[in-house]
Amino acid sequence: MYNFEFVKPSSVDEAVAALKDEDAQPLSGGQTLIPTLKQRLNQPSRLVSLLGIADLVGLSESGGEMTIKGATNHATVAAEAASSFPGLAALAGKIGDPAVRNRGTIGGSIANNDPSACYPAAAMACQATIVTNTREIAADDFFEGMFATALDEGEIVTAVRFPVPEASNYQKFEQPASRFPLTGVFVAKYADRVGVGVTGASNDGVFRWKEAEEALASNFSPDAISGLTVPADDMISDLHGSAEYRAHLVKVLTGRGVAAC
Amino acid sequence: MKVTMTVNGKSMSGEAEGRTLLSSFLREELGLTGTHVGCDTSQCGACTVHVDGRQVKACTMFAAEAEGTDVTTIEGMANADGSLNTIQQAFQDYHGLQCGFCTPGMVMAASSLLEQNPKPSETEIREHLHGNICRCTGYHNIVKAIMAASGQDVPAVAAE
Repeated sequence: MYNFEFVKPSSVDEAVAALKDEDAQPLSGGQTLIPTLKQRLNQPSRLVSLLGIADLVGLSESGGEMTIKGATNHATVAAEAASSFPGLAALAGKIGDPAVRNRGTIGGSIANNDPSACYPAAAMACQATIVTNTREIAADDFFEGMFATALDEGEIVTAVRFPVPEASNYQKFEQPASRFPLTGVFVAKYADRVGVGVTGASNDGVFRWKEAEEALASNFSPDAISGLTVPADDMISDLHGSAEYRAHLVKVLTGRGVAAC
Repeated sequence: MKVTMTVNGKSMSGEAEGRTLLSSFLREELGLTGTHVGCDTSQCGACTVHVDGRQVKACTMFAAEAEGTDVTTIEGMANADGSLNTIQQAFQDYHGLQCGFCTPGMVMAASSLLEQNPKPSETEIREHLHGNICRCTGYHNIVKAIMAASGQDVPAVAAE
């Protein structure tokens, strides 16, 4: 790993100032960034740790919305959201392994936008709002493709705000070696709509399966999507699964998610 | 930079660069070589330690991130008189290791599990060990050791 300057500010303002350095990067839980640095795929001059900022940790619920601060780790979400938003808590509780969940954060996951990350599927299905130090961005506008987001240089995800659904479920079909989803589907049922967020499947990263959302909004049952097909054209194809296989998984997992809600 | 943390109950300091991993700091700066580095890619869990009571992979955390924290390593697990603690003794009794390389991480992961869940089921134990890889035992005896350490009966496990 190339060396860098390590700084650990105690406020968002200090972190933003420290990130003005040209090759500075934020460091949250580091569970993706540190392995990347080890492979010399990344060479920051300075890493700005966000974990010393008390304002960036914790979750709260009010007015039917759950706000999870950016540097809140997965284990905390799994434990503290369990009663009010069990679908999201279950998603957080299955990311990686217990040690990873004690370090990795929601802000890091969302900002990295790995095409197989779990949180973006929930953010899309729930039409969450990504809050940064400068603005608020709708999930639909935030995720721009594999590892690409609407974030500007030096912009920090300070929180993610989820409208809490009436019922939700995350179906993760694990790639057994990495435990990332080979394909994962988050289903969220609201009074007036249904959200279906898909991760791990598309070359364009996380997406909403809108055809299924419409069908499920009028008939929330696995039968509602039985006549639909997911096009395989833009799906990821690799040694773990072909594009057709992933397209098939999207439909199967959506059905299972609906049945489990 | 100078980094100071409490390790196994004692305040310890050493020099670290920004890139110094907690695993390297423990092993090379503090001489605590019980924390093993198996893969150095966050896959195997041999480097598992507790930071402020929570299990983490010491190879996937910078030493500087542990400034001011309370770290427990495998060297801090034995009883005060030097005898093996309950989990370690159970690993010996149930032959939960062969080469022993993964064992420090397994013991740290097991102790973290039993703190959160004193009577885990076999399934819960196996799930908790997702991030700890053993290439010798096939895991059955590790699972039995953890069942025994939690004071539960040790049933014959599946596929045995």
